Amino acid sequence: MSHWYMLTVIGKDRRGIVAGLTHALFEAGCHLGEATMMRLGGNFTIMLMVETEARKKALEDMIEPVTESMDLSWHLDQIEGHLHQHHLPDVCITVSGADRPGIVAQVTGALAEAGLEITDLESDVAGSEDQPVYIMQIEGVATEGIEALRSALNVATVSTIDVTVTPIDTLIG
Amino acid sequence: MSVLEIIAYPDERLKRESDPVTVFDEKLSSYIADLEQTMRAGPGGVGIAAPQTGHFQRIVIVDVSGRKETPNHGPLVLINPEITAWEGMKTGREGCMSVPDFTGNVIRAERIHLKAQNQQGEWQEYDMQGFEARAVQHEVDHLNGILFLDRLVSRRHDLFKRKVYQDRDN
Repeated sequence: MSHWYMLTVIGKDRRGIVAGLTHALFEAGCHLGEATMMRLGGNFTIMLMVETEARKKALEDMIEPVTESMDLSWHLDQIEGHLHQHHLPDVCITVSGADRPGIVAQVTGALAEAGLEITDLESDVAGSEDQPVYIMQIEGVATEGIEALRSALNVATVSTIDVTVTPIDTLIG
Repeated sequence: MSVLEIIAYPDERLKRESDPVTVFDEKLSSYIADLEQTMRAGPGGVGIAAPQTGHFQRIVIVDVSGRKETPNHGPLVLINPEITAWEGMKTGREGCMSVPDFTGNVIRAERIHLKAQNQQGEWQEYDMQGFEARAVQHEVDHLNGILFLDRLVSRRHDLFKRKVYQDRDN
């Protein structure tokens, strides 16, 4: 019987990480599912769903040499989830402003209180070393409606942050 | 009337270009009734194109009249549709009955001018905007063998957002 695992991989960015890792998984008969892979702060990061009939120990023994050869650290969890579990987001929130401690906590705290279930969050620090700018894009499901999110953000945010709340109207054609 | 089977990606037939309708008869009306019922059977479907049912004629149905605050022309049967003008562009999220369980961002014109024949074969012209214009562009793509998957843009680098910043700067 096959199981799904979540494989997390992190290491200094270099060419060939994705190709090397996925080739080894393919050779071992694994099936890949949903994934996010991204360069963050000069590191390359991977979160990857892997399905296999092999036992966890056998999968770990297979991952060890390929990750070691590229100087990557990794972690493996057996997970309950499976494919085709997407939630359709109905709102996108963008946040930007001069970087300072507490932006994420403040904004996501207000949004959670107002019923937001996050499906996707990406953030970046742009600008320069002297004047860093924080930019965050959140997608999610507004379980209590989009106006509730707007009201919560009006109360929570301060003038130094720009927040926009945009409905995502998905067209099914 | 009956609900027709929807062809799903990666079926190669979705890449086929459809032929113009030349005969406007009872058979055409009967097919269009089935096509409309198929669209309404799909969850949240606001449009459908004949090739999605394996019928390769230039016929689409669009109906965004059930949505709040959405400018629209009511339920539309568009035969041999031709978009003759495009204006503005905007990123929006799309899904497709032929590509279940996936949605992605696509850039479309905000306003279009369209001509199409009705079920009697008479030519009609429309100026459309927003969601209705997007739906028509999505469906007309099907007639040319193009899926929204062919037009996906990154979610992370959203053109729509960049435009907001530009507007502010100007």
